[in-house]
Amino acid sequence: MIPNAAMDILQVTVLILVAAGATVVVRTRERTRLVLVLSGYGMLLAILFFAFQAPDVSLSELTVGAVALPLILLLAIAKVRKRPE
Amino acid sequence: MTPRQRLWLFTIAAAGLVACYLWAFAGLPGFGNYPGPYGQEILKHAIAQTNATGVVSAINFDYRGFDTVGEEFILFTAAAGMSVVLRKLRGEHEQRAKSPYDRDLPPTSDAIRVPTLALVGPVVLIGWWLASHAQTNPSGGFQGGVILATAFMLVYLSGEFLAFRRLSPVALLNGAEALGAGAFVAVGLAAVAQGLPYLDNFLPLGQVPGAVSSSGTIALISFFVGIEVAAAFTLIIGELLEQTLFSSGGKIPRNPPIRDPLASRESQGNV
Repeated sequence: MIPNAAMDILQVTVLILVAAGATVVVRTRERTRLVLVLSGYGMLLAILFFAFQAPDVSLSELTVGAVALPLILLLAIAKVRKRPE
Repeated sequence: MTPRQRLWLFTIAAAGLVACYLWAFAGLPGFGNYPGPYGQEILKHAIAQTNATGVVSAINFDYRGFDTVGEEFILFTAAAGMSVVLRKLRGEHEQRAKSPYDRDLPPTSDAIRVPTLALVGPVVLIGWWLASHAQTNPSGGFQGGVILATAFMLVYLSGEFLAFRRLSPVALLNGAEALGAGAFVAVGLAAVAQGLPYLDNFLPLGQVPGAVSSSGTIALISFFVGIEVAAAFTLIIGELLEQTLFSSGGKIPRNPPIRDPLASRESQGNV
């Protein structure tokens, strides 16, 4: 099985990546780019939950945060975008 | 206050916050330290009582089934709220394109069509497998349902909006969502009809723990939850799609033409 030290290193790495990812999400400005960044951040969170031994939550986060949420956001953005007349 | 003074005030306050945060963090118990008795008790008796090896799903649909009924109705209410908010208002008129090729868009490239259409089958299979195997592995009705909704989305993304709409008419989605939510409640009431507490696990538990046909009502409830979640998500996204494509805004906006940075100002024209 995976030794304890390797699991610890993985968990710390993923935590640092999640912190960095959150900063990236906050600092992104354009709307469409932000949606894709959110999708990547959802996948990163799914990896985090998996590394902390919660696969059920990880699946939920993957499906909702990386697929359903960006889809809904993209459709809302397309709806409110100014149309060139 | 000048911006510099504000920045200094923020730095001082942030330093105090970081100090208190680190102090609290150092006093936390280690990862995996579980002080409560309830979790250990459930782990001791879960497989014997429910014959389900997916203990999370057993807690979701059996031990704490009543909370899950409430959660299902959150999603149900969200989909219903979407349908109400995005209905056709009095002043709004729908501009239905006469044919799907009337829209002012380039056709979807083959690089998108082929993978999305090829993935529809496997995604349906994965979603169905996840939704029907709640008692054997970390999955459950909700995750499988969302993945099933994704399969419909893949049909739309491959450029076939009309195929998507024909595969998932609104009446069918409404019916499926109501069926899923209502069947969950009905399984609980069926237990009450037999004199047991609401949502008691009264179906036969099966022989082998973790087999597909085991664990009584857990598998059944998870199946209905999967149907309901798939229908709700497809409904929500379908409503938003119809708003985007068919409402009174007129043409679909196209991307602005790309400016050539090396061209001179006069030859660019007005965009």
